[in-house]
Amino acid sequence: MRTIDVVDVTRNIREMCIEANYFLTADMEDAMKAAVQNEKAPLGRQILGQLQDNLKIAGKEMIPICQDTGMAVVFLEIGQDVHFTGGSLEDAVNEGVRLGYTEGYLRKSVVGDPLIRTNTQDNTPAVIHYEITEGEHLEITVAPKGFGSENMSRIFMLKPADGIEGVKNAILTAVKDAGPNACPPMVVGVGIGGTFEKCALLAKKALIRPVNGRSPIRYVRELEEEMLERINRTGIGPGGLGGTTTALAVNINTYPTHIAGLPVAVNICCHVNRHAVRIL
Amino acid sequence: MERHIQAPMSREDAKKLRAGDYVYITGTIYTARDAAHKRMQEALGRKEPLPFEMKDNLIYYMGPSPAWKGRPIGSAGPTTASRMDKYTPELLDLGLRGMIGKGKRSDAVKEAIVRNGAVYFAAVGGAGALLSKAITSAEVIAYDDLGAEAVRRLKVENFPVIVVIDSEGNDLYETAAEAYRSE
Repeated sequence: MRTIDVVDVTRNIREMCIEANYFLTADMEDAMKAAVQNEKAPLGRQILGQLQDNLKIAGKEMIPICQDTGMAVVFLEIGQDVHFTGGSLEDAVNEGVRLGYTEGYLRKSVVGDPLIRTNTQDNTPAVIHYEITEGEHLEITVAPKGFGSENMSRIFMLKPADGIEGVKNAILTAVKDAGPNACPPMVVGVGIGGTFEKCALLAKKALIRPVNGRSPIRYVRELEEEMLERINRTGIGPGGLGGTTTALAVNINTYPTHIAGLPVAVNICCHVNRHAVRIL
Repeated sequence: MERHIQAPMSREDAKKLRAGDYVYITGTIYTARDAAHKRMQEALGRKEPLPFEMKDNLIYYMGPSPAWKGRPIGSAGPTTASRMDKYTPELLDLGLRGMIGKGKRSDAVKEAIVRNGAVYFAAVGGAGALLSKAITSAEVIAYDDLGAEAVRRLKVENFPVIVVIDSEGNDLYETAAEAYRSE
């Protein structure tokens, strides 16, 4: 058995909130660079060029890439042989978010109640997902999620008879409805299967996968490739102002489901697809 | 076409702009997003004055990240405009000359834009660090308690935007995607 002091969780999450909001991961940076080369529309190229400048300024002058520094989504994969000491794990996560957002000059975008809507002033609470795994490691992922694109995300409870064509239509419908609102070029996270909530979680986790890696399952990989091509044929383009780069990647995760169902969740992320991952 | 304009802006100047024009704005603009719009609508209902005069002014739908010491503002890109659709026609009828945001607008907003000779601009979403460099000063003038959502007066210099809906109701989002569609 291994003991982890929750103070270490707080310290890491604080740093990861800041890191994710000022620097993109290498795979996202590469995808954004490649997009400028491949875009056919002159205005689209100009916008992608501005986004390159934006990333440079963000890192060099320490200005968050986007003013919507998101609601902090935190995934904890906890080895079953880990024992936490020093207090509540949930409190430690939220303390990390609080410190990261206040000391890192990040925007406080969380209201304490969805209808009363008073800002909590420190971006807490985080949305925390716990998963128990084998072993004695703790893997932390911090994924700040902006709501321009979150608002355009959808879940479709399809019928088994809708089949793969139904899934393709659902993905295209979500992307077309999102259009310019979701700050294209987007990353499209898709969940297929599970139950209502499992499907949404599959889609969210698909956004954290690298944009340059494909699914190990052959038909899923082919679906990812086909959907990326079809989304880029919609013409929506960078900023929604026309072009051939509407999405940078389509990542699809699947899970077993019920004989009566075919859930499909489409979680859309803008080009500021942020996450930081650490293993303690 | 590339143009340089001053804010505030007259109806005559707004009428010269066409959907697709690339425009650099210099002058004074105001920020307001969801919560500030709700409060402004409530103020109008009570016949109270608004935090700034609508006539000929531009609203930027934006809530910045906090400014580091010695800087005017933090990251400062546009938020999705459609969330303000419910409030916008009333403000346009009071003389608001234009809005800067991102994303589609409702038919009611488009009609109010045409009726009042106004214009809707898009700034590049997710380019908050770059756009902040065109803002030279920022001052909270109302609803301080709303934090990022407070109303701010901004001085901008060559702030880059694109005309999406012009005073005749042409909508770049509808035409631009068609040109590159190959489904």
